[in-house]
Amino acid sequence: MQATFRIFRGDAAGGALRDYTTEVAEGMVVLDAVHRIQATQANDLACRWNCKAGRCGSCSAEINGMPRLMCMTRLSELPLDKPVLVEPMRAFPLLRDLVTDVSWNYVVKKRIKPFKPRAAAADGSWRMAQADVDRVQEFRKCIECFLCQDVCHVLRDHKLHDRFVGPRFLVHVAALEMHPLDVEDRLPELREAQGIGLCNITKCCTKVCPEGITITDNAIIPLKERVVDRFYDPLRRVLRVLRG
Amino acid sequence: MAEYETHAYDVVVIGAGGAGLRAAIEASAAGVSVGLVCKSLLGKAHTVMAEGGIAAALANVDDRDNWKVHFADTMRGGQYVNNWRMAELHAKEAPERVRELEAWGAVFDRTQDGRILQRNFGGHRYPRLAHVGDRTGLELIRTLQDRGVHQGMDVHMECTVVGLLKDDGRVAGVFGFDRERGRFKLLRAGAVVLATGGIGRAYRITSNSWEYTGDGHALAYRAGAELIDMEFVQFHPTGMIWPPSVEGILVTEGVRGEGGVLLNNAGRRFMFDDIPEAYKSQTADNEEEGWRYTQGDKSARRPPELLTRDHVARCIVRELKEGRGSPHGGVFLDISWIRKRLPDAEEHIKRKLPSMYHQFKQLADIDITQAPMEVGPTTHYVMGGVRVDAETQMSSLPGLFAAGECAAGINGANRLGGNSLSDLLVFGKRAGEFAARFAKENRAPIADSVQIERAARQALEPFDRSGGNGEGPYQVQHDLQRMMQELVGIVRREDEMQRALTELEELDRRARSARITGNREYNPGWHTALDLPNLLVVSEAVTRSALIRKESRGAHFREDFPEKDPAWGKQSVVLRQAEEGAMEVALQPLSELPPELKQVIEEMK
Repeated sequence: MQATFRIFRGDAAGGALRDYTTEVAEGMVVLDAVHRIQATQANDLACRWNCKAGRCGSCSAEINGMPRLMCMTRLSELPLDKPVLVEPMRAFPLLRDLVTDVSWNYVVKKRIKPFKPRAAAADGSWRMAQADVDRVQEFRKCIECFLCQDVCHVLRDHKLHDRFVGPRFLVHVAALEMHPLDVEDRLPELREAQGIGLCNITKCCTKVCPEGITITDNAIIPLKERVVDRFYDPLRRVLRVLRG
Repeated sequence: MAEYETHAYDVVVIGAGGAGLRAAIEASAAGVSVGLVCKSLLGKAHTVMAEGGIAAALANVDDRDNWKVHFADTMRGGQYVNNWRMAELHAKEAPERVRELEAWGAVFDRTQDGRILQRNFGGHRYPRLAHVGDRTGLELIRTLQDRGVHQGMDVHMECTVVGLLKDDGRVAGVFGFDRERGRFKLLRAGAVVLATGGIGRAYRITSNSWEYTGDGHALAYRAGAELIDMEFVQFHPTGMIWPPSVEGILVTEGVRGEGGVLLNNAGRRFMFDDIPEAYKSQTADNEEEGWRYTQGDKSARRPPELLTRDHVARCIVRELKEGRGSPHGGVFLDISWIRKRLPDAEEHIKRKLPSMYHQFKQLADIDITQAPMEVGPTTHYVMGGVRVDAETQMSSLPGLFAAGECAAGINGANRLGGNSLSDLLVFGKRAGEFAARFAKENRAPIADSVQIERAARQALEPFDRSGGNGEGPYQVQHDLQRMMQELVGIVRREDEMQRALTELEELDRRARSARITGNREYNPGWHTALDLPNLLVVSEAVTRSALIRKESRGAHFREDFPEKDPAWGKQSVVLRQAEEGAMEVALQPLSELPPELKQVIEEMK
């Protein structure tokens, strides 16, 4: 059976969608098709990938308009009677074809205060119950594919990259803040530089997360509550004024 | 004259998987400047695929465990051709390296009393693998990545190294290019750590990512360092086999650690049919005992599914050859059967093996809580690599260090599951520490412009090809992978490997004329053309080493010499590049085990 893939080719200076028709077989994912096209028709077609098993988060793209991992998108779930549209992520500057410049994410992450544990027991270790680490483990499943960043309208449409860190890094902050051993305080930055107030919980990030992390409900909303408790609680505000 | 940007560091680390990151962290901590180079984005390295866990004798789950048991297990698994000193250091230092990860923010699964939980794995006598579900590699790499970036190292992401530079017999830096724009970079360095991983992409069926093209092996070899043990390539017994597009993707040994069983098409647990002598006393001889072991019964012995990987892979090949395979040419791996034993089995499987559940559900339409998986062997790991000093990880070339999969020694003829992640940490740390010391204690080297120009010319040469028959680099790569799979795979023979050598010459000729299109910006065709010479070096290394070792041991199985030969248990195969460029094969005696370690091995038998 044959299928056609309409793939973006080009760079920051410009480009266009190009159609490639290739043989497809049972069980194939979009990345397989892209590889086949790369090997047989377009040796210089640029795409990122590594594990091909949904673990590394490299092959993020927009497939028929949806931010997805190419390696986890089965052809059987797409209508193949029309071309499959494969485009690069839009929240980041384009490098070439399906590859975007995601370096901004690494800069942002570096600014977040690192893990700071409380003192260990005499034997150099800590005790933590499984129940207490469950929610942090959910956040730590993140494979940094940046699809949540791509879909977030604050970044994608409003381009507020300098005022908002995006869902990925709110999840990262949540993983640190809710880590049972961590003693660092990240709430002031969360409110200011990281711009948590800009998120208006439309939950698009949760919807596209290939790891199924409940980003909005489990990470962002609890963080928003912490910020509100600290900085906007009227009773605390009065106390702050009284104490000078 | 080539144009390039220049950076100067005390230590340059090539590769940002577990070993590279751990080395970079250690070198930074020693107060030297560090440049970290990786082919992918940071945090995407192949370590991320490690599933089962990190082997370390923490004794949190079974207090009978200690470094001596771990050491003896590692030596037994490696069929006693391991570098004993590395195996000893590894067993002794792994627990501290794991605790350190926790101090850096890693969140392992917990025991009832709140300590790091450990699970059963093949070849380990006691539950020993610290883990996070079946995504331990992700936890490890993220922890190290987050720790590393706050230490002030420079990270050169998506950067390919094309050559090591030398100064008067020692290493002086690396030359490469950024993949995004194709611009050259010169990184001067007092010491270089190779942490480039393995060679799996030399084979058609592999669990390895595109990065695993033997770069570190080839860079070291061309710079004059020695390779050792290259005949030992691990074929993991359980890779996915269906649908074809997922062929080779790993199915963690953790499935068997949690009670999963291997079955042939008659429903027989064939692993009970062949239990090697060395493991008889510690292996269950009935299904009931095996099950009790996986559920933590300390009086039970482990089920034969948890024998070493080389053995399990061969048993699967035997079932296939004798016509007892599954519909798509594998065998069945069944974890769903535990529904008969555990009341909440479905939830239990999803909690302990979330990635496996997800992977089969999404890629193969199989719910592993309800139905068996089909699996078969997949090229997974190379025990061989750069020959290094056990204490310092320095290669035979002064200033060049190697750690992790691209270094050799600790695993001997076969690696135990879980020993890779601990190897990365233990020897990554050592490599970083001693590379920093080397850089501090020696004058800054100078790489002359002749070498730089040569490296730049070689990198750009593919663009100058007029393209003989017009074939591109992908075709050559595919043919190489098919050839290696067929002729130098799990079961080896003299005549087939001789043929492989002839075919390698032809592939080398084709690789030199493979034509590429496009320009230097993010051009995968160009990148593949540059991977080919590295793949050819490691393929030749595996073939020549496998030809000369006329016995079967661990992962190396010769149909024409099916028995183990005690004489071969006393020597290793060493490779180096001769003056005129040919690959020189030599034998080197293994160093004698000291009496106290001999005694440890005897006690654990």
